[in-house]
Amino acid sequence: MKRSRRKQVIPGFGISMGVTLTLLSLIVLIPMASLVINASGVGFSTFWETVTDKRVLSGYYVSLLCSFTAAVVNAVFGVILAWVLVRYDFPFKRFIDGLIELPFALPTAVAGIALTNLYSDKGMIGQFLDQIGIKVAYTRIGIIIAMIFIGIPFVVRTIQPVLEDLDSQYEEAANVLGASKAKIFFRIIFPEIRPALLTGFGLAFARALGEYGSVVFIAGNMPFKTEIAPLLIMGKLEQFDYHGANAIALVMLAFAFLILFAINSLQIHYSKFTKQ
Amino acid sequence: MKRKNLITLGIVTTLLAGILTGCSGNSAEATKTAKSVEITNVSYDPTRELYEAYNVEFAKYWKEKTGQEVTITQSHGGSGKQARSVIEGNEADVVTLALGYDITAIQEAGLIEEGWQSEFDNNSAPYTSTIVFLVRKGNPKQITDWDDLIADGVGIITPNPKTSGGARWNYLAAWAYADQAYNHDENKILEFMKKLYSNVLVLDSGARGATTTFVENGQGDVLLAWENEAYLSMKEYPDEYEIVTPNISILAEPPVAIVDSVVDDRGTREVGAAYLEYLYSDVGQKIAGENYYRPSNPTIAENFKDVFNFDVQLATIDDELFGGWDKAQETHFNDGGTFDQIYDGEIQE
Repeated sequence: MKRSRRKQVIPGFGISMGVTLTLLSLIVLIPMASLVINASGVGFSTFWETVTDKRVLSGYYVSLLCSFTAAVVNAVFGVILAWVLVRYDFPFKRFIDGLIELPFALPTAVAGIALTNLYSDKGMIGQFLDQIGIKVAYTRIGIIIAMIFIGIPFVVRTIQPVLEDLDSQYEEAANVLGASKAKIFFRIIFPEIRPALLTGFGLAFARALGEYGSVVFIAGNMPFKTEIAPLLIMGKLEQFDYHGANAIALVMLAFAFLILFAINSLQIHYSKFTKQ
Repeated sequence: MKRKNLITLGIVTTLLAGILTGCSGNSAEATKTAKSVEITNVSYDPTRELYEAYNVEFAKYWKEKTGQEVTITQSHGGSGKQARSVIEGNEADVVTLALGYDITAIQEAGLIEEGWQSEFDNNSAPYTSTIVFLVRKGNPKQITDWDDLIADGVGIITPNPKTSGGARWNYLAAWAYADQAYNHDENKILEFMKKLYSNVLVLDSGARGATTTFVENGQGDVLLAWENEAYLSMKEYPDEYEIVTPNISILAEPPVAIVDSVVDDRGTREVGAAYLEYLYSDVGQKIAGENYYRPSNPTIAENFKDVFNFDVQLATIDDELFGGWDKAQETHFNDGGTFDQIYDGEIQE
């Protein structure tokens, strides 16, 4: 066999690319394509009517608002958590580090039921919040709590390795040169973790947007108040209205895509900026 | 390089195709004479306890009758979701669901032959149930009938009719009451339903979820529930709840059917039919009663007269008022139906 001119240094390109393409097609591309084909089976006017229905619009609004808020909270607390776990030594550090992953492993319905139980006005935490007039379960705050729960590992786990690799020499140098603590954080540390933070934020946001299992238990599911878009999709499926369900799903997919696209663009923008 | 690429892709695809096709296969003839047979019963949520007990009895009966060991695989979930799983290829020999509408959907997918509803007695519903109120001990809000539910300050828990079969029965039971109370005046009925649903605190996605909200999380004053679900909650916490049977409710007929295309494929028609038929036997009826479903056989039902309130006036889905499931679904629960009109609101910031 003729040797190719530019031989890859790492062997196995052919087989690994083959596996990649096959898997991507089977698991991601073909299902996505079928979503588009299914949704387009109804004609544009029906599609448009379905996805711009008042109740559906309120569903997008609730889903986007809550998942955005949850992602912002996750971004702030995720940085703090990652910082504590990387920079300090304390007892049970490994154990606490392991806990971060729990939301990934726990079935979301279990998480939803447990959170509702805790935060309802008769629950262990909820009863105290109720006394000061804050209702959590069955309100949008409850939805946000559930979304924070499922999203936090994304932020922590993307920032942790970056913080670990960060050379503390730069901080020391800045300190010696007389920079304030805040300045060190915002001028030295933050630009380093920014790409990872953006990725974590985007992942947590997109994940929360599609979350169904845990949210339905804590949401109360009241139309125009706490009804999330994925629940409307389930409602359509229950009526055996596959086209309607597909149509809303497609819009949600577009939202998720736009979010991830915007975040990627931001990252590219920043990386150009730092290189200059 | 390019050639090698193609070869690899080819190998991977062939392998995957091989795995996929290797999984299927059929053996209709073999099953009939085999020593043991397996059937799958796809059912809805609250029948878990009922079929756990019934399957043991049926296996005994079938062994005695034919010498064949029968293993029954049970599957439970929301009724609509279960119907969809059967449509999408979950190989159920029999389905025992919450409402005829879901079985009709399987029929429309071509898996069940038309006329299933007259295949067994009593509209193919071996047991029935109704909708009752579960209230907290001592009935602090004095709830005795439907009109007490629209009073100010009463918190109601009922699941969402869009996603839950049980919730549709709740909705129609309330509608049946309002129809009589307001003398068929549709505007007044709608007004009543609006008031009723403005008192609803949480619209869970399924009947079991609503029970959890009411029982475990202490929300609301009254749970609209299947009679059998209400009794199960009572059994678990006898000192905390009371059951109130309203004067008017609805006769819920959870139907059963053989999935024709599956039993023909697997050769399990005989055992599948016997499985459903035996639900009507004295043994089957007694198990239904013990699990708080109303037996359809009046003689057996008589034994449970201390448990069930048989005085309640029951509307049925086939009454002129509702005109069968297809029409009821269309009028009330499909997009733009009366339920959507109730919740015709604005996005709240």
